[in-house]
Amino acid sequence: MTAVLQVEGLHKSFGGVQAVADVSFGVDAGELLALIGPNGAGKSTCFNMLNGQLAPDGGIVRLDGRDIVGLSPRAIWRLGVGRTFQITATFASLSVRENVQMALYSHAGRLRSLLSRFGAAFRPEADRLLDQVGMLDQAERACGVLAYGDLKRVELAMALANQPRLLLMDEPTAGMAPKERVALMALTAGLARARNIAVLFTEHDMDVVFGQADRIIVLDRGALIAGGTPEAVRANAQVRAVYLGGTH
Amino acid sequence: MLNVKDLHAYYGRAHILHGVTLEARAGEVVALLGRNGAGKSTTLKSIMGLVPAASGEVSFGDVRIESLPPHRIARLGLGYVPEERRIFTDLTVMENLTVGRQAPRAGAPSWSEDKLFALFPNLARMRERPGGRMSGGEQQMLTIARTLMGNPRCVLLDEPSEGLAPIIVEQMAHSIRTLKGEGLSVVLCEQNLHFALGVADRAYIIEKGQIRFGGTMAELAADAGLREQYLSV
Amino acid sequence: MTFASFIIQLLNGLASASSLFLVSAGLSLIFGVTRIVNFAHGSLYMLGLYGAYSLIEALGRTPLGFWTSVVLAALLVGVAGVLIEVLVLRRIYKAPELFQLLATFAIVLVIKDIALFVWGAEDLVGPRAPGLSMAVEILGRRIPAYDLLLIAIGPVVLLALWLLLRRTRWGALVRAATQDREMVGALGVDQARLFTSVFFVGALLAGLGGALQIPREPANLELDLSIIADAFVVTVVGGLGSIGGAFLAAVLIGVAKAFCIGIGTVHWFGFEIAFSKLTLVVEFLIMALVLVVRPFGLLGRPPATQRITADPAPPLAVPSWTFALVWLALLLAVPLVADRYVTILLTDIFCFALFAVSLHFIMGPAGMVSFGHAAYFGLGAYAAGLLLKRGGLPMEAALVLAPLVAGAFAVVYGWFCVRLSGVYLAMLTLAFAQISWSIVFQWDSLTGGSNGVFGVWPSPWLAGKTAYYYLALAFCGAGVALLWRVLFSPFGYALRAGRDSPLRAEAIGIDLRRFQWSAFVLVGTLAGLAGAVFAFSKGSISPATISIAQSTDGLIMVLLGGVETLTGPVAGAAIFTWLRDEVARRTEFWRAVMGMVILLIVLLFPQGLVGGLKALATRFRERAL
Repeated sequence: MTAVLQVEGLHKSFGGVQAVADVSFGVDAGELLALIGPNGAGKSTCFNMLNGQLAPDGGIVRLDGRDIVGLSPRAIWRLGVGRTFQITATFASLSVRENVQMALYSHAGRLRSLLSRFGAAFRPEADRLLDQVGMLDQAERACGVLAYGDLKRVELAMALANQPRLLLMDEPTAGMAPKERVALMALTAGLARARNIAVLFTEHDMDVVFGQADRIIVLDRGALIAGGTPEAVRANAQVRAVYLGGTH
Repeated sequence: MLNVKDLHAYYGRAHILHGVTLEARAGEVVALLGRNGAGKSTTLKSIMGLVPAASGEVSFGDVRIESLPPHRIARLGLGYVPEERRIFTDLTVMENLTVGRQAPRAGAPSWSEDKLFALFPNLARMRERPGGRMSGGEQQMLTIARTLMGNPRCVLLDEPSEGLAPIIVEQMAHSIRTLKGEGLSVVLCEQNLHFALGVADRAYIIEKGQIRFGGTMAELAADAGLREQYLSV
Repeated sequence: MTFASFIIQLLNGLASASSLFLVSAGLSLIFGVTRIVNFAHGSLYMLGLYGAYSLIEALGRTPLGFWTSVVLAALLVGVAGVLIEVLVLRRIYKAPELFQLLATFAIVLVIKDIALFVWGAEDLVGPRAPGLSMAVEILGRRIPAYDLLLIAIGPVVLLALWLLLRRTRWGALVRAATQDREMVGALGVDQARLFTSVFFVGALLAGLGGALQIPREPANLELDLSIIADAFVVTVVGGLGSIGGAFLAAVLIGVAKAFCIGIGTVHWFGFEIAFSKLTLVVEFLIMALVLVVRPFGLLGRPPATQRITADPAPPLAVPSWTFALVWLALLLAVPLVADRYVTILLTDIFCFALFAVSLHFIMGPAGMVSFGHAAYFGLGAYAAGLLLKRGGLPMEAALVLAPLVAGAFAVVYGWFCVRLSGVYLAMLTLAFAQISWSIVFQWDSLTGGSNGVFGVWPSPWLAGKTAYYYLALAFCGAGVALLWRVLFSPFGYALRAGRDSPLRAEAIGIDLRRFQWSAFVLVGTLAGLAGAVFAFSKGSISPATISIAQSTDGLIMVLLGGVETLTGPVAGAAIFTWLRDEVARRTEFWRAVMGMVILLIVLLFPQGLVGGLKALATRFRERAL
């Protein structure tokens, strides 16, 4: 099976400091890959190079075999990459349904109309996505008043709106209660497997990482120091020393 | 030391705290546990005057503080360490500490830069580094050190373990036990029960803006139903 | 140009850069800590000039009298800054940013009238600096000794500020508060005192900048807004919050302008180019260039992600058809029952309502605050007048084409503006408006300069006040209806989405800049329509239609009514236009009265009139339950 996302030799420095050095990995369709590591190890830098917000100094990023380095976040989205953010980013003044509809309108290239009424189209599609993430009952509420965990679900629905090949999730469960965390990632895992979507996520909650990820890669000071199944990573002495400590 | 009675507070129009009552005695580490959105952070912010108390009483020592502005409360010797660290990223480590500096206070451990560097050795190696170029763990240490510069008698710690690598979390627990050893009172909010069990003497559980449990860590550890019901662990 | 004249122009430029730097540094400092764009900063500068003038008259034109006066004037302006902070701004630090801005506008109005009352409307020419009135010979040219002193003062103040900010605890507190003032408070620092001290220093710098100018420039009542526009350009070019950047930008712009004046008129390949009239164009070009290369200014950095404490904008309610039809019927009936005065007043209100609604569109739902919306209103008015008078087009054609001209300018200005956001964007819009104003003001042969354009009357069939009333109602009403309609279209929703979260908008493939640019052109065109309708209703056009004062009027209308409702701007336009008319008929000092009224409203209703009334109604209903 060829990987949906293939990263080879990714490099980035800031003012002479090597933030990401020679990072290579791949994510297969239907697979959840967790990227973990200490704060400041280069996880965010890595992520931002994959989604087009940062230009790498060197290396290749392939999505379904196509090089996407140098493309804008918008272009990368159009190629089928959905994202959720560490701090949720939704449209606070719009309703939950309108948030998802916004993604659907954009996907269909129908946002340029000046005179038609927004919201008439893609209603069933939006509701189906909301149903999948368990937010249909709150479709009419404004995102600005939602609880944090619910916002994360709305983000997931929006990320799924363009039928992505790859989901990039930056600390998807930060700020959620322990049970909610596992539930959200279990939901993500189910959707990813059903729709054959590759998922790459960063996470600090080790219960989520070891419970939900199919594979784990560990970044420290910009370089990958380990990778493999949860069991293998948990047993890795170097990972324990720089990251996990004695408790996990 | 710190006494909160029937505290109510609002965020905008949303009623967040519905009569919170708790206390922290001198030299004690108290954990305030609860789910996200239960009102933990709001409780601390409200004690500190950052979110106005709508009704209820907050006393610190023998002073009523519920209607004082934050800087007056801080000057009474109540320190606050915010959830998102809120380091001054343009300022160096030393300058960050300068901002927190207050005169020594009777009845409270007195801190100097050097004493803080002994507590957080990482910081000593980066005195002139701007806060923005530090890792999350280093920032968490700096934010605590900055508050200690005010020589507080009691410190409010908002989620000290959130977003940190497990190994840094262990160091943080060690630091908090050191603070207790210095005679400081600590009130911390946590979602991480494991972390709280390692540092606190007593715990409160907050749910929907009300205290649902108050007791020793041993009592909490013994009651699986309680943990299941309010902490979902 | 010879080497000697090159050096001379350079020195000229550096001399004029000094005051500009002082003002901009103060503006930057105050903004950094309080997050308030202090529009009244130009007024403080103006007070510095007037104050120095009067003090020198009182203390004598001796070196001692002169320098005592300059220092005293600066200190007094510093105290004025403290008064502004303590009496007004301290009470509204928690109000939305735009309300603080509105309050500083109001202060501009009040100070202008105080100056008018104390010093009169005539320009006051100050003395040459005693003891420094001679000229120094450099490379065979004569340079005023005072200019050389000014050149030295800039770097000295820069150094002093740098030391103050980097080497004192006060400086650390200021820089910390610039980033997170709530946290500074939680660490035991009295914010109120810190803010007051920052206001004192900032105002003192503005006052000093003004006082030092008195030998070079007469004190006059127009200085407040002209210097604030320059200071905005300097701040944007240098980078907001960067004192060093302000210095660099002030020098760059000061020198570039001096060169333009020095070059004068030249003939190139048979074309005559008057460089001395191009100073503003050069300023504009520098700014444009810098912003394209470095969007946050020469030494600026991207603004720290602001701590979001404000509630998200509430969902907009669709205006109901019954509501619209009832109003339409009422307005259609007005000329049948009301007198000529009411008809004319309402015609004005229609124009300003469309102006205010177009401004609301861009600053509310689209999230781009414009300080220079009058550019499009004024350009529309001038385009209408000039197409009629100079282009020889019939009035009907001019009325239809004029908005397109305004829209064309919006295409150019908007291209730059959408590259920025927040305060940077607002300052840039103001700079564009000021540039448009200057071009109109200086291009005498085309625009009639300060006199404006006369005889801009509608065609005979529209000449009656009633006929024109219906025309204004139709055009402005259609404009308002169009903008409201667009707000609820996919395009309008995309704008709102982009305002709520630019990050998310990009992440779902929305090309936000393109949408914002289109929005700029749309509102520019409709503001131009408002201007064109206004021009024909008055029969003449003056540069005032394009002035900063006109832009601020628009902001006042929108903010009075409230940004969060659709009908608010219309109500704001109506109340403001009516009130100004009433007050202006009764007193020469109508600006001060308007200013006081605005201050009162800001202090009492921080959500705007309509928003405030709604909140009152809700509270009333809740109590009734």
